[in-house]
Amino acid sequence: MDVALYDIHKTFGRVHANVGITLSVPAGTIQGILGENGAGKSTLMKVLSGFIRADRGEIRLDGRPVVIHSPSDAIRHGIGMLHQDPLDFPPMRVIDNFILGRKGGLLPGRAAAKRDFRALADQFGFSLDPDAYVDTLTVGERQQLEILRLLWLGARVLIFDEPTTGISAAQKEKLFAALRLLAEQGRTVLFVSHKLEDVEGLCHKIAVLRQGYLVGDVRPPYKTAQLVEMMFGKSVAMGERQPAKPGPVALRLESLSVEDDRLKVRDVSLTVHKGEVIGLAGMEGSGQGLFMRAICGLVRPTGGRVWVGDQDLTGRSYLAHKRHGVAFLPASRLEEGLVPGLNLTEHFVLAEERRSFFVDWNAGRSLARQRILDFNIRGAPETPVESLSGGNQQRALLALLRVPLDLLLLEHPTRGLDIESTIYIWSKLKERCAQGMAVLFISSDLEEILQYSDRVLVFFSGRVTPPLEAADLTTDRLGELIGGKGWPEKGGQG
Amino acid sequence: MEGSKGAKLTAKTIKWISPLFQAAAFLLALSFTTLILLAVGAPPGQAYLNILKGAFGNTNSIANVLVVWAPLLLTTVGVLITFSAGLWNIGVEGQVTLGAIFTTWVLRLLQESALPPWLIILLAMLAGMLGGALWAALAGALKTFGGVNEIFGGLGLNFVATALTLWLIFGPWKRPGTGSMSGTLPFPETLWLPTLSGLRLSPWALGLALLAVVVVYLMLRGTRFGLRLKAVGKNMRAAYLLGVPTWQHMMASFLLCGLLAGLAGALQVTAVYHRLIPSISSGYGFLGLLVAMLVNYQAVWAVPVALFFAALNIGSIQLPIVLRLDSSLAGVLQGLLVLSVLLVEGARQQIMKRLRLSDESAPVEERP
Repeated sequence: MDVALYDIHKTFGRVHANVGITLSVPAGTIQGILGENGAGKSTLMKVLSGFIRADRGEIRLDGRPVVIHSPSDAIRHGIGMLHQDPLDFPPMRVIDNFILGRKGGLLPGRAAAKRDFRALADQFGFSLDPDAYVDTLTVGERQQLEILRLLWLGARVLIFDEPTTGISAAQKEKLFAALRLLAEQGRTVLFVSHKLEDVEGLCHKIAVLRQGYLVGDVRPPYKTAQLVEMMFGKSVAMGERQPAKPGPVALRLESLSVEDDRLKVRDVSLTVHKGEVIGLAGMEGSGQGLFMRAICGLVRPTGGRVWVGDQDLTGRSYLAHKRHGVAFLPASRLEEGLVPGLNLTEHFVLAEERRSFFVDWNAGRSLARQRILDFNIRGAPETPVESLSGGNQQRALLALLRVPLDLLLLEHPTRGLDIESTIYIWSKLKERCAQGMAVLFISSDLEEILQYSDRVLVFFSGRVTPPLEAADLTTDRLGELIGGKGWPEKGGQG
Repeated sequence: MEGSKGAKLTAKTIKWISPLFQAAAFLLALSFTTLILLAVGAPPGQAYLNILKGAFGNTNSIANVLVVWAPLLLTTVGVLITFSAGLWNIGVEGQVTLGAIFTTWVLRLLQESALPPWLIILLAMLAGMLGGALWAALAGALKTFGGVNEIFGGLGLNFVATALTLWLIFGPWKRPGTGSMSGTLPFPETLWLPTLSGLRLSPWALGLALLAVVVVYLMLRGTRFGLRLKAVGKNMRAAYLLGVPTWQHMMASFLLCGLLAGLAGALQVTAVYHRLIPSISSGYGFLGLLVAMLVNYQAVWAVPVALFFAALNIGSIQLPIVLRLDSSLAGVLQGLLVLSVLLVEGARQQIMKRLRLSDESAPVEERP
């Protein structure tokens, strides 16, 4: 189906998220939609898929103007969208998720649906068990399920929002093959991403958005430098991997064990040197979060010892860890990291080490101004943290860390951030590693793990690999381990 | 720099919009009350005029308003401290009562002693503060160590406090002969906090209450402790990760609130009733909660709003006599005022959310 957008405008209050975007995508095309966070790509896709309505403009399908009021409207017109976080129901079976959203009929007609499901899955080479529970699936498999579901509902235009986040290399290849097949069948694919490599490798043409404007719709051969410049208005250099020179020991774990009601992480031994970066890879909820919280005293270990420097901090509180130079930055910035309702100055004063009874607000404000400058935060000392963008919240969290710090634990340090912010955050982290800070970080972005870690621990349902040299790893190998393949039979430490 | 510019604009917008909303809430409450008055066939204009006259008609009534104002200010700024830490200290009522009980206790112990009266009064008032703080510590301990929500804990402790008062009045501390609802035997006049001549108003009570307002205002605004309390109140998990020992701060806020509530109770005994009576707290704890909700964490605003509430209380005493209306009309108006402020506040937040959403450039599209 040909999709054409004419002069789409969408404002959120004063922000013009889409400014007169006109884009036409012929049937059988894989159209890349590229842009940094806040460029307006998700807004445009939500307009097309009925989640929000444009203020102005027209959508034409096969040349006919249509009005789309809601997502179910969109699917009636043959437009389906896969969201970044799959919108499925984890405690339900695959087949029930598949049937969900179909109109009419009191009885689900499970048998017929199962037949359709198998036929569709075979077509794309997906091996999904219709009777499996969704929470046993990987992110990649959940995407496959969602693709099949939308196709079954009659989607002829499929929108993918950042589909390569959190999936293994093998799953990515499978996904791309499926997308190419969809295009060959004459369907239209819109592929939203900020990953240049993915877009370049897959798309027939690439529309680049910047600050609400469509700055170009380019065809191959693509020039990376040109795309980057279109995205950011200037070129950004990717940071190079610099291996750390191991210093004295910052953290030593002696057969650390920790468990919650779902998972057991057993007997992990690890020595981290000053300046070293350890990446913790794994599907979300494979034990890495629990492990990290046990190291900093937020969760009580069930066994083993935690040494920070030459201090045994096993079983001590987080505040005791903090006094010994440990800090933890949670993934949910506004829920756990920052205090909504307080402004930047108040945060900096709060995090100060001073013991004075009264607050010198003038000093606080100049401290805030200085940190805002140092960390390139887009905000003023009086800005409440909740009105900062995600990237700026993360910068603020980094700016709040005390100096010096021996060990920093980060959960998804760059989740939801654009490339520019990601590079910035890591340059700041590496700067501090050079001064002797050790870093442990959790990420579901394999490239981030490989690019910034010195060593990697892979988690798979509570099992942990021995520390692996990042230099020896590839995304494929890492993806396999994350997916539970290629583990030693007896599980080195698991 | 778009982000920061936008945020500044919002702050400015909030500044001029907020008073409008407050005014709207006040009008809303007033019109509801007027409707109620009309429904029962009373002339609203005359009712309001009578309240006004009853509160500010002469020196005596003004003094009576101030007599109510002082303890009300104390409970209000007290619960402002717990509010800042995100706690609903419903138990403030019982904390006032325990303050009164402890004060009475010390006065009874020392009234026969050779100590100078001013020292006895001082000790009694300190004991009152201690009593309030202990009762608050109980609610705080239930909350932090027992996992009992402070609302339930406080509610339970309020009942216990009332029962304790009645038991004392009809039991160990009863008047010679039989116990009476009119309370324990009054203390000799030497143990009264001095009042202005011919009036019930004690300048000491007034002075202490205003001092408390200033102290709490400065504490919440200018001290590290105040800032930490706010952080705990707004996001306990983040405050903890930022290095604030959270339960200690919650406990401290309970203790401080209890101290002030206990002082209010002590004033009720030493400056107003000069004995322990069954309803010694006069509901000032609950009323303080209402005022605190109205002023939305702003200690300075507690001064006029508490005065307004005190005036309503005193002013409406006239109503049954003049208009054959029940004096609980003041309570109706106070309750409606709080409800409409909460209602309007909800509406305001909706509007602000919309304004703020429009303010962020980046996160807009990230939100599902």
